[in-house]
Amino acid sequence: MGLTIGLLLALSFVVSLFALAFLIWAVSSRQMSFDQAQARTIFVAGEEGRPDDPGTAPETDEKVPHHYDPARAGIDSVSARPVTALLASAVSWLVLGSLFGLTASLKLHWPDWLDSAAWLTFGRVRTLHLTLVIYGWSSLGLIAIVMWVAPRMFHTKLRHPNLPIIGAVLWNVALVVGTVAIANGWTDGEEWLEIPWQVDILLAVAGSFFVLPLLRTAAARNVRHIYVTGWYWMAAICWFPVLFVVANVPYVFMGAEQATVNWWFAHNVLGLWLTPLAVGAGYYFIPKIIGKPIYSYSLSLLGFWALALFYSQVGIHHLIGGPVPTWVVTLSIVHSVMMFVPVIAVAINQHVTVAQNSWALKTSVPLRFISLGAVCYTLASFQGSVGAIRSINTVVHFTQYTVGHAHLGAYAFVSFTLFGAIYHMMPRVTGRAWPWPRTITLHFWLVVAGFGIYFFSLTIGGVFQGLAMLDATRPFEDSVTLLKPYLEGRSVGGALMTAGHLLFSAHFTAMLLRRSPEVPHPAPMATTPAVAA
Amino acid sequence: MNRILPLGILALAILAFATLLLVIVPGMQIRAQPATPGLQPYTQMELRGRQSYVSQGCVYCHSQQPRIPDQAPDGERGWGRAAVASDYAYDSPHLLGTMRTGPDLLNVGARLPSRDWQLAHLYQPRSISPWSIMPAYPFLFTVKDRAAPGDVVVAVPAGQGPRNGVVVAKPEALDLVAYLLSLDRTMPAPVNGERDDGYARIKR
Repeated sequence: MGLTIGLLLALSFVVSLFALAFLIWAVSSRQMSFDQAQARTIFVAGEEGRPDDPGTAPETDEKVPHHYDPARAGIDSVSARPVTALLASAVSWLVLGSLFGLTASLKLHWPDWLDSAAWLTFGRVRTLHLTLVIYGWSSLGLIAIVMWVAPRMFHTKLRHPNLPIIGAVLWNVALVVGTVAIANGWTDGEEWLEIPWQVDILLAVAGSFFVLPLLRTAAARNVRHIYVTGWYWMAAICWFPVLFVVANVPYVFMGAEQATVNWWFAHNVLGLWLTPLAVGAGYYFIPKIIGKPIYSYSLSLLGFWALALFYSQVGIHHLIGGPVPTWVVTLSIVHSVMMFVPVIAVAINQHVTVAQNSWALKTSVPLRFISLGAVCYTLASFQGSVGAIRSINTVVHFTQYTVGHAHLGAYAFVSFTLFGAIYHMMPRVTGRAWPWPRTITLHFWLVVAGFGIYFFSLTIGGVFQGLAMLDATRPFEDSVTLLKPYLEGRSVGGALMTAGHLLFSAHFTAMLLRRSPEVPHPAPMATTPAVAA
Repeated sequence: MNRILPLGILALAILAFATLLLVIVPGMQIRAQPATPGLQPYTQMELRGRQSYVSQGCVYCHSQQPRIPDQAPDGERGWGRAAVASDYAYDSPHLLGTMRTGPDLLNVGARLPSRDWQLAHLYQPRSISPWSIMPAYPFLFTVKDRAAPGDVVVAVPAGQGPRNGVVVAKPEALDLVAYLLSLDRTMPAPVNGERDDGYARIKR
């Protein structure tokens, strides 16, 4: 123990020295000077002050995008094919992943349903749900957003636009192989890391086909300043490959140590991958749709670095009360609580911007999706910080409450953001309006109502389950039987969410199959990049 | 921020720092401890059964990490003493779990040591515990007209089995039960065992 504390103290000292050196460099090279004007990087001349809602608001007669920018049209036409390939893949995985999720949910209260084959057992169906919605839907969908927005933000066309298409094909092949492997019982066996490591090699190769074009595009940018969205995205595409490769290296870790690697990885998939990608998307789409810059640009700097520092160390709160050293558990709890800092910074920026322009929520369903997603990020993070505190954690740790919490983050935050972004992007990607605009509102209410039922069922049921397990005078049986109505409620919510996803995928497919009128606008005049804004 | 390279370097440095604290230093502490005295490595049959436990996804409902009495009544429920890191010296992949839809299983071999009970429970959990929501695993068994020599016949409670014939355990079921019965950490924990003692109340 003495050695550990001494080591940690020495380490803190060295790290502080490095941080100080970096701070001096950053101040002296004016990396830290901020002004609100930089928040306007995302607009081209004439865009600011006008809401941007292409072809999704049925109330308005405007069928033509309000502002036509030939240079950006040149940028968009390069990104359109890779973005379409990525989104079509993501939406397919969403449908399959949702069906597996609904099946798993039903099996928990109908345990004798579909029990004749191993691939239909709860343990495999649940795993397929998580794997497909995280690596298929969320990751590919968010990468598609990055491929679309980053070139627009950097005022230059996407470099190597064919690589992401190859990447999408390889990624899909890897996921199909992974799905078949898990369904047949071939798994690495750790949560979030079930895809066999042999298949993970293909995923890693595919991932590099996404990272390389983005880095090249960022390096060739025509704006001096990198907008806040760019910090989150550039950091995320550095973090995730490292996390994924280290956590999947086989035969290195054993036992309790392997558990720390497992949760270091699994929480960082949320914290350093899905979260920065989706928060960055919010930082772009919210001001873009409203037509006004975010509330406080300098606050976004604090939010970003605090997220990097604190979120990277929260993972071991999954092992509270477990067989790992006390100090590392406590470290993760402290960092979990510190997450209030970056979350409040993002909340002030995003929610105040929306609240000051609440009129936009009435006209723009994409903004409704994205700002509700941002609210759910705040709520999920607050809930996570509180849930890591020992006295709360001991009740909810091994219960369905955790599943509800995970879905508040990974579904209500990430997926709502994705839905909104896709509804906003696709008219520009395809050059067509959405064929059935009214179903967008229906989709919104299906998934919002479904998720509400889902979340409150599991949260309330999970607390009762945890209290029953902590009470030594009650048999274990009580914690199972009391949960049943809540599990049924969760299935109702999950069915509504799945219905929303089927509607969404049908609408998406109809748009790709050209069931909607083409939006008339002139062909791109040039593919040369715009000059610095 | 106006530069990509410093952003990437600092972002990766922060991740490296987190990795050092969450993985490398605790890993050094955990590796410094020998396996709990009395803990046996798994046999080939138990390892096959463990692989089956992994591939069926048992870990998604069953934890393998009893906690200290100051935190939770795991011991009173018969789930065993609080686990320490060295109890898992032979475990890969680890199966600590994050959910207790079903009970903790780190000591199920000591708590429910009957092979017949385990086989019948795997074949149809509700034949033993009507309230259970555990999946049944009929595909780990075959139904035969009559048992051949060497067959292990499952003692399915009356009315719960097939109308005709007997239920015979496939080798996979026997391996899985061998693994479950090997789950026994009732030997005393080493005094300096690593675990989260954050809930320990100070003894007067």
